[in-house]
Formats: sequence, C-alpha cells, structure tokens
Amino acid sequence: MREKLLAFIEKNSRIDLRQLAVVLGVDEAAVLNEMEKMEEEHIICGYHTIIDWDKVGIEKVTAMIEVRVTPQRGMGFDKVAERIYNYPEVNSVYLISGGFDFMVTIEGKTLREVSQFVSEKLSVLDSVLSTKTNFILKKYKDHGTVITEPKKDERIQMIP
Amino acid sequence: MRNPLSKTIVTIQPSGIRKYFDVVGEMKDGISLGVGEPDFDTPWHIRDEAIYSLEKGRTCYTSNAGLKELKIEIDRYLTRRYGISYNPDHEIFVTVGGSEAIDLAMRAMLDPGDEVLVPQPSYVSYMPCAVLANGTPVAIELTAENDFRLTAEQLKDAVTPKTKILVLPFPNNPTGAVMEQSDLEAIAEVIKEHDLYVISDEIYSELTYLDRHVSIASIPGMRERTIVINGFSKSHSMTGWRLGYACGPELIISQMLKIHQYAIMCAPTTSQYAAVDALKNGDEDVAKMREEYNGRRRYLLSRFQEMGLSCFEPFGAFYVFPCIREFGMTSGEFVEKLLDSKKVAVVPGTAFGECGEGYLRISYAYSLDVLKKAMDRIAEFVGELRERGVQNAGI
Repeated sequence: MREKLLAFIEKNSRIDLRQLAVVLGVDEAAVLNEMEKMEEEHIICGYHTIIDWDKVGIEKVTAMIEVRVTPQRGMGFDKVAERIYNYPEVNSVYLISGGFDFMVTIEGKTLREVSQFVSEKLSVLDSVLSTKTNFILKKYKDHGTVITEPKKDERIQMIP
Repeated sequence: MRNPLSKTIVTIQPSGIRKYFDVVGEMKDGISLGVGEPDFDTPWHIRDEAIYSLEKGRTCYTSNAGLKELKIEIDRYLTRRYGISYNPDHEIFVTVGGSEAIDLAMRAMLDPGDEVLVPQPSYVSYMPCAVLANGTPVAIELTAENDFRLTAEQLKDAVTPKTKILVLPFPNNPTGAVMEQSDLEAIAEVIKEHDLYVISDEIYSELTYLDRHVSIASIPGMRERTIVINGFSKSHSMTGWRLGYACGPELIISQMLKIHQYAIMCAPTTSQYAAVDALKNGDEDVAKMREEYNGRRRYLLSRFQEMGLSCFEPFGAFYVFPCIREFGMTSGEFVEKLLDSKKVAVVPGTAFGECGEGYLRISYAYSLDVLKKAMDRIAEFVGELRERGVQNAGI
C-alpha cells in the first residue's frame, strides 16, 4: 500500500483522505495511519504547491548554480552541503556526478539579489573552489507538471 | 424526382443522444460525463513512433491486410494476454477501428433473413450493421439481476432456426459488465449445439478489473466459430488513430478482407506504425491507465452507495450504470432534468436499447476532480428529487 499511496499523493497531495482510501480500495483508518507513519519516518518530507509566479505578476529569479568544492576531511561533502543548504535563499542542493560537485538552486527577487548571494555568501565559503551561475529564463515543466496553459478537453461531449 | 434513398437506410434511426449533444456544448460551467473515449493522451512513445514514420516518409498504402510486422505483434499480444493465437498471414487483418470490423463481419456472414442476436444494453452499432448486411437483429434483454451477463437460458430462449450470429459485447459498453470463464463456458455449449457463429467485440478487454479478460475464442471448440474484434482505441488511448483488427478462421477472415480491400484499401499507415510500438512497448502504459480507471470506478461506486442509488458493480470498461427507477421518470426525463438544473450531462440507458430504460450510463474517463464535482451535483439533485417525492406523498 505504501508504494501505491506515495505514487498517488506525489501527483495529488490535496485529495482528502476519505476519497484517497476509496480510490485505492483500502480502509480510511489504514491510510491515515500510514500517512502519519510516513510523516514521522520523514518519508513524506513536505507538501508543496506548483505555482506559475509569472502569472501572478510577481518577479522571481531562479538560478541553478554549479558549485565545485573541496570535500572536508572526515565529513566528505555532507558538511559542505549543510553550510550551503542552511541559507534560506537556497531552494535545493544536489550532489552531482560529473564536472562539478553540487547543483544549487537559488530563488531571489532580482538578478542582483541572486548574484549578490553568490558572490557574497556562496563563493566566499572556504571549501568552495568555483561557481557557475545559470539563470532560468523560462520554466516549461516542473515536478512532472507542464507549467504552460492547461490542456482543454477537446473530446466530443457525448459519444456512445 | 425519384426518391434517392434506399428503403433500408431510412428505417435506421439516428443515434438517440445527439439531441443532448448540442445543449452540453453551449453550457457554461457544465460537466459532461457522456464521453465514451479515454481521457488520457496516447502515450508519448507511441506518438513519437508515428512522427518518426512520417519523417521517414512512410506515407504510402500498406498491404490490404496491414503491415506484416503489426500482424505478428497482434498475434504475440493475443497469445501473451489471452492465450489465443492466430496465423498473421491468413487469420488477422487490420481495420479502421473495431467499428469497421463489426460491419465487415456482419456483411461477410449474413444472408437475407439470417438472425443476429444482440445482447442489450450494448453499443449502438450492432443493430444497424446487421440491418445494413440484410440480417435481422434480435435483441436479448440483459438484466441487473444477472449483473448484465448473458446466461445460457437467455441465449437458448432467443435462438430460432434462423439464428446465425451471436454478438458478444463484453466487457460491455454501457453497463461495464464482464463475462467470466464459467459464464462463457455455459453459453459456449448452447452456441455449439445450435451451430452459431460469434462476433466477439473485445475492444474493452484491457479494462477489466476483476481478473484477466477471457476471450470466448479460448474456450474449447469456439475458436473456429468466433471472430475476435479488438483494437487500440480503449487499451492504448488511441481513438483518433482509427485502428482495430479482426481475427478468426481464414474462411471468414478472407471474405471480410475482400470487402475491406474494395471499400477501404488499408488502415491508416501512420497509425499502423504507431500501433507496432504500442504492442511492443506499451504494456506498462496500459497497466497504469487501468489502475487509474479502477480507482475512479471505486470512487463512483462509493458515491452512488452514499446516495443510496442502486448500482451493480461493473468490472469492465469505464462506465457505471446506476438505476434511477425509484424517481418514477424515464431515463430521458432524468437526463434532461439533471442537465437543466445541475448542468451535468450523462447518457440515458435507452440510448443502448429499450431495456436500458431506468438506467444511466456514467463515464469515468475523467479526472477525479471532475468526477467529484459531478458527483456532488448529482447527489444534490437526487436529494432534491427525494425531498419533493416525500412532500408530494405527504399531500
């Protein structure tokens, strides 16, 4: 049930528990129990909303920053990652294979704000060797959801 | 001027749901649960394969029977899923949707006066196709008491010396009924005893929620008297591609192919290339969609249960078929009032045969959000009707 439950709420976390239980064909109490357990075990780490901020008319700037670092003795990359992810400006931090070490996403109000964060906070960290900032120009798809206009139902409304 | 129309064609009634059709289209904030096709897009890898075939310039006719590669994949698929096997060279051909295959099967097998048994409620095309092929369609009325399955007794009672064909429309549109192995074994005895042929329309075979779908062709002694019709519309969400197929004994298939050759030439080439990919790499998509339909099916059933509307549990297709007899109005009246007061469109059971009176067909080829909204409105409507009923009874 765990896998089915997770697969479902990964796409639609707003569904109410009763409906979810019916859809999955399981007991409502069991769903509630399982959800609570998974929240405790930190398998479910949070619930978020996918927003097209452009439509709200609020300017947001997102950058994906490639960061090269020197891992610290005895701690590997984890300690460095922690230094980075503790900044509230940082949206995500991934350890990456290939030509650099971390992919860091940062969100700010203006280009200036993001650049300032990179030059004043990120680059100056002891273990950071270099950074390369890629600004996002347009979001097409996020978390498996296409951001552009929702698809209209073009089917003929009555078909035998 | 002479009457330009054939006497046969004017006897055929146009489909009864057209009159609701225009109303729904113009409604603001209306919800239609009247659609008989999947809401999923065709899986991308299948569309991609079609695009690739176009880029390659594969834009000419295929052979009349269809791409050899596709026919081989169809045989593999039927073997792997339903344990039935057909020779790709003589026993399978590709059609323009399952609908074409229904028409051809009737035309290839019927002589004037031959009777065709059509269990109802069922899809709207069997009766007209039988008439167009000079046959005489005879309805068998299925009932909720038998979960809308066809029983051996019902079949026996309907057979006359003129009966030649039985249409077997399971999993069923509009009821969602399925025929399990034991149900098929029971009617197979009657079919063999009376030397009937079967047109088995299995277009919804992948949308079976009980156990795996059983084809009547897999019952001993039935393969040689059965035309199996299937396609890609429902299983792979490919309605607009217009692609289906017919399988059966060479004796019949070769004659059906002859009509196909003169009337159609071949099924759309692009669709055929896409279908090869659908069968080779699509099993997982089919399973995912089935899982999703099943969740919605459970949801609708639970909502009808809450409303206290009697609704037998359908195990196939993507329809539920609740009963509305308690309100003392016809299906048509109910549908019109529901549309009028709550802006929800459903199809009256009578669109699928007279015995559909007292029932509604509700499609769950819609997202859960849409279904929830529609069910809330139907619950309101049912509540209001009951309240009014109680008031009237009180006076």
